[in-house]
Amino acid sequence: MASSRRSSSDSARPDDAPDAELEPTQTDPRRPSDHFDSPAPQKGIVQPTLGLVGYLRFFWRQLTSMRTALFLLLLVAFAAVPGSLVPQVTSDPNGVIQYKEANPGWSKVLDALGVFNTYSSVWFSAIYLLLFISLVGCIIPRTMHHISALRAAPPKTPARLDRLPGYVSTESAPAEVDVEKAIQDARGILKRLGYRVRVFPGESVSAERGYLRETGNLIFHIALVGILLAVGVGGGFIYTGQKVVVVGQSFANTGSDYDSLSPGRWFSADALSPYVLQLTKFTAVYETQNQSALGEPIDYTANVRTKVPGGSWQNQTIKVNSPLRVGDTDVYLLGNGYAPTLTVRNPAGKVVLTQSIPFLAQDANLTSTGVLRVPFGLKKQLGMIGLFLPTTCADLCTSSLSSLYPGLTNPELSLQVYEGDLGFGKSAPINAFTLDTTSLKEIAGRNSGKPGLILTPGKTVALPNGLGTITLEKNIPRYVSLDIHHDPTQLWVLSFAILVFLGLVTGLFIPRRRMWVKAVRAKDGVTFEYAGLARGEDGRLDEAVAALAQKHSQLLGLSIKP
Amino acid sequence: MTQADIVTYSLVAIYSAMAVYALAFISFALDLARRVSEAKVQAAAPAVSVAAASGRGSTALLERTDAPAATPARASRSVRLAMALTVIGWVLHVGGTILRGVAAGRVPWANMFEFSLTMTAIIIGVFLVVQFWQDLRFLGVYVTGFVTLFLGVATTNFYVAVAPLPPALQSYWLVIHVFVASLGTGFYGLGAALSVVQLLQARRESKGQRPLPAVPTPERLEALAYRLIVVGFVFWTFTLMAGAIWAEHAWGRYWGWDTKEVWTFIIWVIFAGYIHARATRGWRGSRSATLAIVGFGAVMFNFTIVNLYFKGLHSYSGL
Ligand code: HEM
Repeated sequence: MASSRRSSSDSARPDDAPDAELEPTQTDPRRPSDHFDSPAPQKGIVQPTLGLVGYLRFFWRQLTSMRTALFLLLLVAFAAVPGSLVPQVTSDPNGVIQYKEANPGWSKVLDALGVFNTYSSVWFSAIYLLLFISLVGCIIPRTMHHISALRAAPPKTPARLDRLPGYVSTESAPAEVDVEKAIQDARGILKRLGYRVRVFPGESVSAERGYLRETGNLIFHIALVGILLAVGVGGGFIYTGQKVVVVGQSFANTGSDYDSLSPGRWFSADALSPYVLQLTKFTAVYETQNQSALGEPIDYTANVRTKVPGGSWQNQTIKVNSPLRVGDTDVYLLGNGYAPTLTVRNPAGKVVLTQSIPFLAQDANLTSTGVLRVPFGLKKQLGMIGLFLPTTCADLCTSSLSSLYPGLTNPELSLQVYEGDLGFGKSAPINAFTLDTTSLKEIAGRNSGKPGLILTPGKTVALPNGLGTITLEKNIPRYVSLDIHHDPTQLWVLSFAILVFLGLVTGLFIPRRRMWVKAVRAKDGVTFEYAGLARGEDGRLDEAVAALAQKHSQLLGLSIKP
Repeated sequence: MTQADIVTYSLVAIYSAMAVYALAFISFALDLARRVSEAKVQAAAPAVSVAAASGRGSTALLERTDAPAATPARASRSVRLAMALTVIGWVLHVGGTILRGVAAGRVPWANMFEFSLTMTAIIIGVFLVVQFWQDLRFLGVYVTGFVTLFLGVATTNFYVAVAPLPPALQSYWLVIHVFVASLGTGFYGLGAALSVVQLLQARRESKGQRPLPAVPTPERLEALAYRLIVVGFVFWTFTLMAGAIWAEHAWGRYWGWDTKEVWTFIIWVIFAGYIHARATRGWRGSRSATLAIVGFGAVMFNFTIVNLYFKGLHSYSGL
């Protein structure tokens, strides 16, 4: 028994593949020549001189070999590492800026190598493109081969079964046993087990099952190519944009209304499907009971109403895990914060500006910073940098530079004020969230000798140098930052991913195996022999042969030779 | 019972489980030590045992049916005790994990501490369940040792109080994605363990030493490791895909090369490489086993170092 345990997964060493003599079946399913199941290369054959075509063919065979595929796979894994160690422009642009500031010299090297854009860098792309070329070169011949194998009958029964895995035979039966019928019985049993069978009358049955294994494997690999194509080609039709919306304000899905918009290569602005979205309410719920999690967010809900041309207003909600699908786009709730409303008056008391300014959160308790620009209406252009604390420390703390709780319990806004040219009308774009103070003069705040301005809701204070007044309005609205995406490839990618998964499971777990039942005549009677052969990993081949032998021999009333 | 009570019971159960696992570890280790010394004794008197005589071809050694007859080291008292202790430890462990979930009012795998509890419970669970088909008790030392250590680190370094789920985690994908990831980790862990033993056995073989008694041949170990790892790979593939779907819901894109996404991808590719290696001439055997171990190393790296020190959107360790 022990000596016959030779299913391929258990014992196959590369060079003792048991079917080396099994022409014409040895290459089925078709595998690159360095697959462990393929016949070992013959040594000692002198290569003919190659010539150009010969070299190309040689190169192509190398590229589509198992060894190259393996090498490229490991290389992809390896090449993906640096991108996780260094911040990436696409996923963490601020991180990249900070990193470059912290490591100026080293960053130049990394920049030159494209490490801040690892996953779109030339070298990373080159590796995975080579891998996929290798993949295509591998699956095309396999697919052609498999399609014809699907229509072919099982292979001939090998001359000798006793060298094959799982081999067993019956005790010798009297010569007059009906071999024809016994073979038909074996055929019936195998057929019921789902095998495709081929009968050699009076001699043997050859059977094969598990063609789905190769089908699954091919679907898996082809669907991988599908994902790559869907992502690569489809990427051109995507657009993604960001928009900050304060409660009460609206957003229209037109190119000019976005804070930022990054369209794909083949995208044109008139492909934006028109709709209007208004933020009617935003609710944030924070933990108030559990002392160890005080202030942690429990829920964010944005209530919006939307309107497509010709339609009526629809009330809808957006939550963190449930985006809104409207007019060809998905709208995601990605961030939120406070947008204090500030009113600036000139010395005569006339309002020169009133604006809700989104403040960027700096920590989990919504310590936030924001920028107010007053370019017109006062004697000087003013810029202000604000620090907003929704809950400032009432009296016990010495410094109040950060908020204690994200809700509006005890709000306070402090402002540093600068005067000078704000740069409007110049070509450089103005960042709404930062103020470049290099050419400005600080007139209130830390370095100016005068204290910064401190505002609480409803309070008005004078601007320095008699420039006017500024008021923090009582009601402090919230804003949300929305990501708006149009991605027609999602469904494709998802479908291919499902195929990948199904192909994987069938390709891994359906055993592909051959079985043979053979009548061997000798002087004193007939014995029946059984053996199998695994194509690919198959831990249960021996069991399967034993079960078949058991069933068939019982039907014949014979017993198995121990 | 208040929430605080349940949290306390949960911790008590986990600490008890650790203590019981530690005892099981000692028992397994005693058994192993005895086997190694027996192997030496047999080496001195070569004629004694079947296993010694059958050498490399003894693939049948650990078949359940013929194991007792063919194994000179019949399951010793200490290994049986160790198994019983492991089962007791596991019941406490699972109980403690479930109580943690009850205290939090949700699945017990929303931060690193909870995920550690669940993942290690799955490793032991898979270890115990696989015994029904395959005697893997020789892995007991590794498994109980690893889990005891891991629980130790989790309770001292990863512990966080019960907290509500942040909005991004409020999704049924938390239940599916993270649980399947722990399943995958469990299977990979055992597969890697088998690969380690495979390398050890292969080394003994190539040096002409006798194999450890009651431990299968390298070929058999390789086949077992492969079977566990492909199951792990299927779970991992699912985790990757489910993660992408969830990322689309929560972050607005299905793939963004976030650090955690990158590492999940790297691990997936390493194990795809492992599967290929098993099918490539010249790469079966020790080389593919090394890949499996590297792969599990990457899983552990992803879970500890990446969670704690790498910046990214997956900042849910709770620490
Ligand atoms: C994109 C890169 C690739 C990935 C992620 C990948 C992954 C996999 C996986 C997971 C399997 C096992 C699943 C199954 O049997 O259905 C597999 C099997 C296989 N792959 Fe790939 N593969 C890749 C590229 C290639 C290439 C380039 C080749 C050709 C050289 C190739 C040839 C094979 C073969 C022949 C098998 C069957 C192995 C066996 O006999 O069990 N693959 N691959």
